[in-house]
Amino acid sequence: MEVNQYLEMFIEESKEHLQSCSDNLLELEKNPTDLAIVNEIFRSAHTLKGMSATMGYEDLADLTHKMENVLDAIRNDKIHVSPEILDVVFESVDHLEEMVMDIADGGDGKRNVSETVAKLKRIESGEPIQAATTVQMAESEVAAGVAELSSNLEYDDFEKTILLQSSEQGFNAFEIAITLRADCLLKAARVYMVFDILEKNGDVVKSSPTVDRLEEEQFDQDFQVAYITKIPAEELQSKIMKVSEVDRVIITQLSKEQFIQSTTQETVNPTVVTVVEPEQVEAQLPVAKPTEEVANQKSTSSKQAHAASKTIRVSIERLDILMNLFEELVIDRGRLQSIATEVNHGELNETVERMSRTMGDLQNIVLTMRMIPIETVFNRFPKMVRTLSRDLKKKINLEIIGAETELDRTVIDEIGDPLVHLIRNSVDHGIENPDVRRQKGKPEEGNVVLRAYHSGNYVFIEIEDDGAGINREKVLKKAISKGIVTKESALSLSDKQINELILASGFSTADVVSDISGRGVGLDVVKTTIESLGGNISIDSTEGVGSIFSIQLPLTLSIISVMLVEIEEEIYAIPLSSIIETSIIKNSEILNAHNQKVIDFRGKVVPLIFLEEIFEVPRKERIDDEFHSVVIVRKGEKLAGLVVDSFIGQQEIVLKSLGNYLTNIFAISGATILGNGKVALIVDCNALMK
Amino acid sequence: MNALEQEYLKVIVFQLADKEYAIPVSNVQGIEKLMHITRVPKTQRYVKGVINLRGVVTPIIDLRERFNIPISVNEESTRIIIITLDEMEVGFVVDSANDVIDIPVNSIEQQPEIVGSNEEEFISGVAKLDRRLLILLHLDKVLNPVE
Repeated sequence: MEVNQYLEMFIEESKEHLQSCSDNLLELEKNPTDLAIVNEIFRSAHTLKGMSATMGYEDLADLTHKMENVLDAIRNDKIHVSPEILDVVFESVDHLEEMVMDIADGGDGKRNVSETVAKLKRIESGEPIQAATTVQMAESEVAAGVAELSSNLEYDDFEKTILLQSSEQGFNAFEIAITLRADCLLKAARVYMVFDILEKNGDVVKSSPTVDRLEEEQFDQDFQVAYITKIPAEELQSKIMKVSEVDRVIITQLSKEQFIQSTTQETVNPTVVTVVEPEQVEAQLPVAKPTEEVANQKSTSSKQAHAASKTIRVSIERLDILMNLFEELVIDRGRLQSIATEVNHGELNETVERMSRTMGDLQNIVLTMRMIPIETVFNRFPKMVRTLSRDLKKKINLEIIGAETELDRTVIDEIGDPLVHLIRNSVDHGIENPDVRRQKGKPEEGNVVLRAYHSGNYVFIEIEDDGAGINREKVLKKAISKGIVTKESALSLSDKQINELILASGFSTADVVSDISGRGVGLDVVKTTIESLGGNISIDSTEGVGSIFSIQLPLTLSIISVMLVEIEEEIYAIPLSSIIETSIIKNSEILNAHNQKVIDFRGKVVPLIFLEEIFEVPRKERIDDEFHSVVIVRKGEKLAGLVVDSFIGQQEIVLKSLGNYLTNIFAISGATILGNGKVALIVDCNALMK
Repeated sequence: MNALEQEYLKVIVFQLADKEYAIPVSNVQGIEKLMHITRVPKTQRYVKGVINLRGVVTPIIDLRERFNIPISVNEESTRIIIITLDEMEVGFVVDSANDVIDIPVNSIEQQPEIVGSNEEEFISGVAKLDRRLLILLHLDKVLNPVE
């Protein structure tokens, strides 16, 4: 019961740690000798182990523990990093992810992992590499130095003087080594409590790690302090032990002799000392390999702490409330603006104008607050591509560009699955097998580039591969045989249109259907999802050179720009994203083709859709105007002209649903509230063009 | 049974043509004066459109149309009763909203023998109070088209 309140935190943090594990594992694969990365992974795994044990997820803790053993062995140079070992570690991370997902879904996080555990065990017990004995020695010494917590604090002259003087004045100078329990959840709080006790009874001269680091939980389980007090050691020990989750307290009296001894030790064994004082280590990097490793570890962790201190966590729910309130404001702004135009009062106009500007800035901030870097979606792909390429025995390098590009949370939530499909498609169908690539004179390793960037009010995501490209003939043949297009209409299709046939449902060009890119149900789902998000997808491909799938997405879904149009007395909103342009046409320009009125628009035949007919607008009297106002809209490559009575203008509006009672209204995607307080309906251009 | 222990049902009473109808207060969210209704194309005949109810787009049903009573001209007394049912918010256009009263539960008759008109299928019961006859609406059926 008590655990429940931490569950969410646990799941969140576990995900973060697992993500960092897999990121670093990929990094390690590129630099197999970089032990700093191993340390990073080890730390994530270690924290995860501690957390899951506390939360009572034994399987999770157990598997992490086994993985940690292997990592420990790597870090101590007992085994060397090889792709085979990494495979197993990746496998364990996959299992861990599944477990955490299971817990998040309300499960118990249990999973049969005996095979992986067995593999991990075998790796762990593999022959250690003999050649590295000396290095190993040095390292184990370092490890021992930390673990045993012997007298290894280092003091500068000032501190020495204080300690010496206080012992001369009858104070006791102690060195206290405190070890917290491995499953301690709130380390910083415990540290605070210990320091509280200490400071009530004496003075802390020095601590290792430094107090700042302790407060940021930048330590494993143990820390040491040099301390002067008048109370005896036993009393002090029992006082500190009263703090819960403290595992061990070792108090050593610092006599003058010991003190001198500890200073000599410092000169004798620099490695031990440097563990304690990271700042110095950085200054003397070349001393020894283990030192470098420690220094790296510390500097990365302090960098992380720096980045973390700048942000706060706000629940999504609160941001949604903020967004809703802001939407109300946007509506009121519209109302104020229309009142101001009516009243035409100088000062009022000025104030409304200024308010509108401030609102504009505010809108930017509110929208960006809900923005998340697309990294959160992208970061699962490197591992996915790695697994895929191993399964398919292809060599693939995934390059990610623009992971920091930000998108609205609502879009982020939806875009993950389509991207998975597209990347799988590129890896499976796009990139050729290494021997095929060699024959074609391409490098064996295929490239997949995942790119995201902002442009205007849109975000573009591109998946580019240098693979086989789309075989025009093959696609056409298939499309005709599947009845997606007729032979006759196929002749008039442009290359781009043919490429896009692979997005039609019931299409799969791979000769062998693999379980990786599915059975051709995937890509049409991708298309539907992207279109439901108000975006669109297009494909550029050159056979033998590669393909680019490019997705265009709106920045946000709740506030959109529209063109307001009038039909009789009714006002409709047409999303700007589907509009190409507006134009006025003469009666004489309207042509008839198969009972369909069309116009010639820049050399293209564009069908006209009379909105008053579609929406059955009641006319007071028939008007027979010689001119018609037309909004040219598009859906993919198709164009259509929407005939309206007049244009009102462009406006930012807040998208509202029609509620639960009115669902599935033809060609209406929602509603909005106008400045005058009336409701206007939003035209769904996609539904008008089938 | 002791009169004091009688159970009451609090209802809103409204007028449509010459009859009085009742809806339990628990389903009523508010009563609004007639305001601008935006027509929604291609909906049922009795769906008048949507209104802006303090920022919420709310659909409006004309009960006269729903019950096939001849349409009257909108008058000063015309009201929109906003009701909620199963997470749906819908407004009913009625001739006038008259009263909020408590009706004794045991005065409600389940068999509407007296009413022999079109709206029969929407009626859940009839309550007789002194000289008044209140028709209790079956909201589920009013909202969900069975035709």
